[in-house]
Amino acid sequence: MSDAIEPIIELKGVEKHYQMGSFTVKALRGISLKIFPGNYISILGPSGGGKSTMLNILGCLDQPSVGEYLLEGKDVSHLDDDDLSQVRGKRLGFIFQSYNLIQQLSVVENIEVPLYYQGVPAAESRERGIKLAEQVGLGERLDHRPTELSGGQQQRVAIARALANDPAVILADEATGNLDSKSGGDILRIFDELNEQGKTLILITHDEGMAERTSRTIRLRDGQVEFDSMFGGKQEIQPPESE
Amino acid sequence: MTWTSFIEGISPARLERTILLGVKSLWMHKLRSMLTAMGIVFGVASVIAMLAIGEGASHEAQEQIKNLGSQNIILQSIKATNSADAGKEERSFILEYGLTFRDIDQIQATIPGVSVVVPGRKLQDFVWRIERNVDAVIMGTVPWYPVMRNRELLRGRFFTEIEMKDRSNVCVLNSDMAAKLFPLSEALGQEVRLQTSYYTVIGIIESRQAVASGSGGGLGGDTGGGKDEGEATMEMLLPLSTLLERFGEVLVKFRSGSFEAEKVELHEVTVKIEDPDKVVAAADAIKHLLSRNHKNMDYKMVVPLELLRQAARTKQIFNIVLGSIAAISLLVGGIGIMNIMLATVTERTREIGIRRALGAKQRDIVLQFLIETVLLSGAGGVIGVVMGLLIPMVITHFAGMLTIVQLWAPVLAFTISVLTGVVFGIYPAMRAASMSPVDALRHE
Ligand SMILES: Nc1ncnc2c1ncn2[C@@H]1O[C@H](COP(=O)(O)OP(=O)(O)OP(=O)(O)O)[C@@H](O)[C@H]1O
Ligand SMILES: [Mg+2]
Repeated sequence: MSDAIEPIIELKGVEKHYQMGSFTVKALRGISLKIFPGNYISILGPSGGGKSTMLNILGCLDQPSVGEYLLEGKDVSHLDDDDLSQVRGKRLGFIFQSYNLIQQLSVVENIEVPLYYQGVPAAESRERGIKLAEQVGLGERLDHRPTELSGGQQQRVAIARALANDPAVILADEATGNLDSKSGGDILRIFDELNEQGKTLILITHDEGMAERTSRTIRLRDGQVEFDSMFGGKQEIQPPESE
Repeated sequence: MTWTSFIEGISPARLERTILLGVKSLWMHKLRSMLTAMGIVFGVASVIAMLAIGEGASHEAQEQIKNLGSQNIILQSIKATNSADAGKEERSFILEYGLTFRDIDQIQATIPGVSVVVPGRKLQDFVWRIERNVDAVIMGTVPWYPVMRNRELLRGRFFTEIEMKDRSNVCVLNSDMAAKLFPLSEALGQEVRLQTSYYTVIGIIESRQAVASGSGGGLGGDTGGGKDEGEATMEMLLPLSTLLERFGEVLVKFRSGSFEAEKVELHEVTVKIEDPDKVVAAADAIKHLLSRNHKNMDYKMVVPLELLRQAARTKQIFNIVLGSIAAISLLVGGIGIMNIMLATVTERTREIGIRRALGAKQRDIVLQFLIETVLLSGAGGVIGVVMGLLIPMVITHFAGMLTIVQLWAPVLAFTISVLTGVVFGIYPAMRAASMSPVDALRHE
């Protein structure tokens, strides 16, 4: 990577602390990394390693206890709630393990939710919703409820929804964790396609096979980056503090 | 989050879509939504219905009192309850009490602003038409009695001053009595017999119900007391002069075996005061004047104007009681809504988290839940208004009670129901919005 390319995401010494009664859990302990436009990243690591915690911070759902987070060059670690919501809605797309569709809304209405909060007019929003549904192969199911869809189909709705506002980064936390290998494979193919179209994707996974498809792998352990393929191997790791 | 920024964030288009969304969410749990709105429905309906019943009752009472004439002071002779003189009266065999012509002269001479005085003298006896008879109140009075007491002549005419002067044998019957004596024929021009004299019927006057017993219990005396309320009072009106000539001053009555004699000059005197503002003062003056001649309270005074004021006060108290009931029932309804909304917020924590992750600001969440509560309470309000309009109609139809729905009652009740939604919806909505997105998403 040359210095000419600006990172889309930059973490500088990010820590996340949770106060559990009298002692403090350090879920993240000093994470610094740069993510560049078009990166296709899988985040691996043992359970409790801090993957979800980091993704929540990257997704502006949570804020770091210590350190700085620059998204597209802008410090977002000190934004107020309204501005954070704005960043989430406009620049970020989320995909969750349990799909997280809204039950009382139809397929196309679910896809339109992010557009609604950006104030996109109804007609334009519907048009875009239909296009996205077709893009993930659900053009025939616009008016179905989430309960009438298979897991794989629901996850495709979630992907369409994540794409609605044309975000800078797509974040997925174990997106295929609830799926069988076939529908999981369908989802992964969509991710591949999106990356080919130039989207930046950050995927948390337990699946080494999935990690092989991505262009960059980051391993987290005990709240630190244990390995980052961009630097071709192991990083310096500080011994965990005794707790 | 400030209120101005909250309001600014609401565009009509967004509001419309949020309302649609609210309807959808409420529709998901139809039964629950319906039960929740029920508290408001019954609160609103009962408020409107009770107001209509109260207004109807008070209107009826006020009409009756107004018919007595708000500028009038009505004096009625009664047997004194003061036992000090009882022995004396017993010895004389003739019970002498009540208002006198001297009282009238003194009232007219000394009370300023008195425009007309209507004396009335009553007795109770059988009135005959061939072999039909009716036990009636016979009242001798003056030609201007109907005008003073707001009584409508249905047919014919009232007697004139000339007939009064001539002591003519003419009479006016009330419609109930006319119907009883002349069930098949027209009463006008016919003759009726009272003791040994015959009287020509020259007019039919409207029958009047006794004023509701609540207003001092004595207004039934208007048409001769002693009758049960609701039972039609038979009434025959004669010129006072005629009555005095035929029956003299002492009335001898046979009642269930015993016999009693009474000497009463006037049973009833209506005094009209020119200036409505001076009625109460004049009533005091008359009371003062009469107290000199009537040491043992053998008369009573009815001031319709005071009764009207009393009725207004009663209505005010009624309205306060009603207002409290309304407030309590809407409070209960509001708490019901709040309870359900808090449960809903908990139940939909995950949805809130999803929406926040997809860009919803806190005020979007507040708006969404607030609109749901307002929809609930508003729908409850609409149904409540419809019920509240139907109930008085049903009551009027089946119980024959007058009910009056004033325009402001449903408007006010509906407004309050919507406000209840806002007040009790704010807290659950704020609670929904203040959850951290991460925690909300993790909620099972
Ligand atoms: N809200 C919280 N309060 C307290 N501790 C927390 C909280 N969230 C996470 N942690 C702790 O932070 C650490 C990292 O958790 P995290 O969920 O990021 O792990 P993960 O790598 O996503 O694991 P998994 O693969 O099981 O999902 C864990 O020790 C966890 O117990
Ligand atoms: Mg996790």
